[in-house]
Amino acid sequence: MPFATIRKTAPAGAPPARLPDYAAACRDFDWQRARAQLDGLPGGALNIAHEAVDRHVAAGRGGKLALRWIGKDERVRDISYAELAALTGRFANVLAGLGVQRGERVFSLLGRVPALYVAALGTLKAGAVFSPLFSAFGPEPVQARMGIGEGRVLVTTEAFYRRKVAPIRDRLPRLAHVLLVGGANLDAVGAGGLPADCLDFDAAMQAASPRFPTAATAPEEMALLHFTSGTTGKPKGAIHVHEAVLAHHVTGQYALDLGPEDIFWCTADPGWVTGTSYGIIAPLTNGASMIVDEAEFDAERWYRILERERVSVWYTAPTAIRMLMKIGAGIVRGFDLSRLRFMASVGEPLNPEAVAWSADAFGKPFHDNWWQTETGGIMIANYATMDIKPGSMGRPLPGIEAGIVARGVDGRIAEITAPMAMGELALRPGWPSMFRGYLNEPERYAKCFADGWYLTGDLAMRDGDGYYWFVGRADDVIKSAGHLIGPFEVESALMEHKAVAEVGVIGKPDPTAGEAVKAFVVLKAGHEPSEAMRKELLGHARQRLGPAIAPREIDFRANLPKTRSGKIMRRLLKARELGLPEGDLSTLESDER
Amino acid sequence: MNRDELKRVLLEEIANVAPEVDPATVPEDADLREALDIDSISFLNLVIALNGRLGVNVPELDYPKLRELRGALDYLAAAVARRSDTFGLA
Repeated sequence: MPFATIRKTAPAGAPPARLPDYAAACRDFDWQRARAQLDGLPGGALNIAHEAVDRHVAAGRGGKLALRWIGKDERVRDISYAELAALTGRFANVLAGLGVQRGERVFSLLGRVPALYVAALGTLKAGAVFSPLFSAFGPEPVQARMGIGEGRVLVTTEAFYRRKVAPIRDRLPRLAHVLLVGGANLDAVGAGGLPADCLDFDAAMQAASPRFPTAATAPEEMALLHFTSGTTGKPKGAIHVHEAVLAHHVTGQYALDLGPEDIFWCTADPGWVTGTSYGIIAPLTNGASMIVDEAEFDAERWYRILERERVSVWYTAPTAIRMLMKIGAGIVRGFDLSRLRFMASVGEPLNPEAVAWSADAFGKPFHDNWWQTETGGIMIANYATMDIKPGSMGRPLPGIEAGIVARGVDGRIAEITAPMAMGELALRPGWPSMFRGYLNEPERYAKCFADGWYLTGDLAMRDGDGYYWFVGRADDVIKSAGHLIGPFEVESALMEHKAVAEVGVIGKPDPTAGEAVKAFVVLKAGHEPSEAMRKELLGHARQRLGPAIAPREIDFRANLPKTRSGKIMRRLLKARELGLPEGDLSTLESDER
Repeated sequence: MNRDELKRVLLEEIANVAPEVDPATVPEDADLREALDIDSISFLNLVIALNGRLGVNVPELDYPKLRELRGALDYLAAAVARRSDTFGLA
């Protein structure tokens, strides 16, 4: 192994880690017993908002800082647990006033502004279902997700509304109410001249009472709807229930070493599952204070925030870490980061160079972990007290059983136990934050399970010490900057262009983003490949999909490799792009030109 | 290279990452990432392209100085001038 194992010895005087003995915890852990860490509501009810906010207020901790928001202009807004309880109460009353029923979906399309956090927790408090959209989505991904999710309410800003929602609103018949946030300041009194059929979020909040009795939701009631992408078809809405909060809470302690005295910064956007599970729920249920930065990545600003806010636990992503690495360790040493105790990374495998670099630059390594939208919380991780093998995602959390499996031709599953043998990463179902379905798609959900395993779609290996190593995706899904991108969604948007006959989309390795979306396009007769056409298609895709999903690169072909049934062989396009072996070509009917 | 030429190059490179926007309509003090819907990765690609095209080396820490059109022009003009100086002395 080219990278030496990073041995863990607790520095003298360090606080004891929340997972002091991994082996003992794995042996003794029991989800039922862990449930005692939650308060619950009378009658066996459970509500994430209560566990995250109101129970702390009830216990006399209302004055504690829940969230420090830092605006793009460095303006700061502090929200205590008590204030968060009142704001979320107001939003729950706003929803009730609009007639929103239990289980109905409330979507957000917002940057990282305070209203996003209030809307998320207020929706849960009201017993409705929260579904966050990434603000870099264009109108097509917004329409697809809100259509599938049958969104009744959308909270967004006027600028996003005009650009991304107004053009598709007539295709969202279930959308009854759009609430527009008047900028970053929740106290702002509504600006005049709202677009038609929109409501003023700030005015509605001011008119609403801060008191709202938290909905007595059942533990298995739907709470969150997170969208993810598959190889084919439309995005999938993964259903998470209120019981998931138990996993958010426990994994926050075990995998992030998070506790009430911590100042925690999760840099993920709540438009993706990490930014909700660990950017909203886990830090609050654990009574920590969290930092929210509205701005996009900026190395110097990030180090300044870590220093000034005395961040103790930091959860970020490989793309950002690799950008920090390019800037170098010199700047890190110019900041006092002595409060920083634990650093973790998620989104895609953190390359061993980056782990080794961080151990040198920060004097402590990043701890990679693995999970997915469907798992709702961290499943495999590197822990504060466990040696790190750089490049490995670590070992399963206490309470999680993982395996490497092979799918037989008969559909049976066989577990592979030989060390470092490649297979599909699988988990034994039953943990609290496991998704309970893809909304309205029971067949797609059923296909994820076989022989008592949840099949993750990720290929991995396990070494003799029980550490897991990521190999790649078992399908054609693209992982760019930590986000899963379905090639079909990109292909569909390009196919809408009048000059396009065929499209195949792949993930091309990118030194910073992990993978970048690349499209191969065949033009219809009468259209010629040109630089102008390339730009036109790129612009077309960016307008429909937004910058996070649109291709970064487009190449033209006269024909794409296809199977007998006419399916484009993305795998072959990718192998050729990367100069890799072409593999089994027995199904190839029509080759690339 | 004068400022107008520099601006032409900059707008061309912007058009390569966000071809759907007419950069002439972008105010000189607007944050390019917001005005043009450019995310961190595209912004990185833009700076790398400018590095190559203008023969300047923009260190990562200076990226924030390129976020507005006017600031980017000021920064690149100075960087190009430094480069010319070096050649002049050589």
